[in-house]
Amino acid sequence: MSSENSTLVKLNNAGFKQNDKWLVEGVSLTVEKGKIVTLIGPNGSGKSTTAKIALGIYKNIEGSVEKYTNKVGYVPQKISIDWTLPLRVYDFMLLTENIKEEAIDEALTLTGVIHLKNKNLGNLSGGEFQRVLIARAISKKPELLVLDEPVQGVDYTGEIALYELIKRISDSLNCGILLISHDLHTVMTATDHVVCLNGHVCCSGTPMDVAKNNEYKTLFGEQASQILSVYEHKHDHVHSDKGEIKKN
Amino acid sequence: MFDDFFIRALIAGLGIALVTGPLGCFVVWRRLSYFGDTLAHSALLGVTLAYSFELNIALSVFIISSLIALILIQLQKKTNLPGDALLGLLAHSSLAVGLVVIGFLTFIRFDIMGLLFGDILAVTTDDLLIIWTGGAVILLVLKLIWKPLFASTVNYELAEAEGLNPDRAKAIFTILMAAVIAISIKMVGLLLITGMLIIPAAMARNISDSPQKMVFFSIIGGLLSVLLGLFSSLEFNTSSGPSIIMAALLLFILSLLNIKQSIKLKN
Repeated sequence: MSSENSTLVKLNNAGFKQNDKWLVEGVSLTVEKGKIVTLIGPNGSGKSTTAKIALGIYKNIEGSVEKYTNKVGYVPQKISIDWTLPLRVYDFMLLTENIKEEAIDEALTLTGVIHLKNKNLGNLSGGEFQRVLIARAISKKPELLVLDEPVQGVDYTGEIALYELIKRISDSLNCGILLISHDLHTVMTATDHVVCLNGHVCCSGTPMDVAKNNEYKTLFGEQASQILSVYEHKHDHVHSDKGEIKKN
Repeated sequence: MFDDFFIRALIAGLGIALVTGPLGCFVVWRRLSYFGDTLAHSALLGVTLAYSFELNIALSVFIISSLIALILIQLQKKTNLPGDALLGLLAHSSLAVGLVVIGFLTFIRFDIMGLLFGDILAVTTDDLLIIWTGGAVILLVLKLIWKPLFASTVNYELAEAEGLNPDRAKAIFTILMAAVIAISIKMVGLLLITGMLIIPAAMARNISDSPQKMVFFSIIGGLLSVLLGLFSSLEFNTSSGPSIIMAALLLFILSLLNIKQSIKLKN
């Protein structure tokens, strides 16, 4: 099968079965350089499973995955870390790749947690840990970023800032992003391609296409399509971690 | 000043401590202490086979322990029994088989106590060679698989997703466990090897805030335990294994004081 140079990962009719139950089936999607693909869908619709198929974590899958990069950054939805390990934020940043100190500092600064660098990972709050997870994933300067609910537990203003950061990283590194988010607002503003899942692909396309789709409307209710109205909303400033206001 | 056998025991013990230090950290992190026990119990079978076929003890133990590890992995895949039940099954059946075989080997005089608890008189110059070359190979391999092994210890999916091949690292680590048991069985004894892996690492955990520090203190703790243990073994005429483990325990208790202090400082 031939592929264009810009393709990072491609799922062809992929599915995964566990204990004779399909977690997700028949998913086809492509993540390209510089593009953000977002998966949406209700709980248990197979979003995380699809991400794990794309990452190669699940081995015995139906269909096929073509992966064209090994430079991957992953922010998992659930991460259980065993506290029998003495692990500082700094050690965690070096977990899968030996990156330079400056790159670590830069990533931690971008996500606003540089002051936690030498703290024990076990002592962080949920939101702080989430920021560290994002910093770790971007510090490797990956070609493919897979973000599974990356801002869970982060305060609202932080959430917006982090999504803007993700968008910026996608632009500056020209990396492809596979994003899972339940926040329809974000999805609709910062995404190139949306895949709506419910055990299978319900519908997919540009955010506009999906928002107009009837299956999408039944899944998320009438409110979901009204999200289009906030489409034009723009932020003219962001808040730093110290609460200062910075103009864009 | 000391007899030759004691010098040999010291060199052997220090070599073992250098290897059990870092490996022990992974045993603690990955919750593998019962796995270590199972491999150590199966070592008795390895020893009896070594006597039966006149093989090198370390080699024979290494082969049998690796075999038991392989069987365990297969059983885990093919049965629905919980891991600890499978470990108990393998540990005690291999111990039983080993003891029965010993019963048949009436032509050899066995020092069962030495096998179970270690015997410093038994360490030969050949053993030193095996311990130090084997130990060097184990440490080198551990260094090579450190990244994927450590990453998958923290989180398997992250390691797998970011292309580190954690399954291969885990398989290699299993073989390293068999190897470390093989080289330390004469000295520490098969009942106490897991203690040599776990106690210095547990002590190190109490005084470390990073993985590298924990490995470092675990090695230091092991070395101190061997020195303290062997000298007291000589002084009080006790078995080498229990003496070393008791020294390790003493260090562990001292490290608890450190925890108390740091808790006080926080409050």
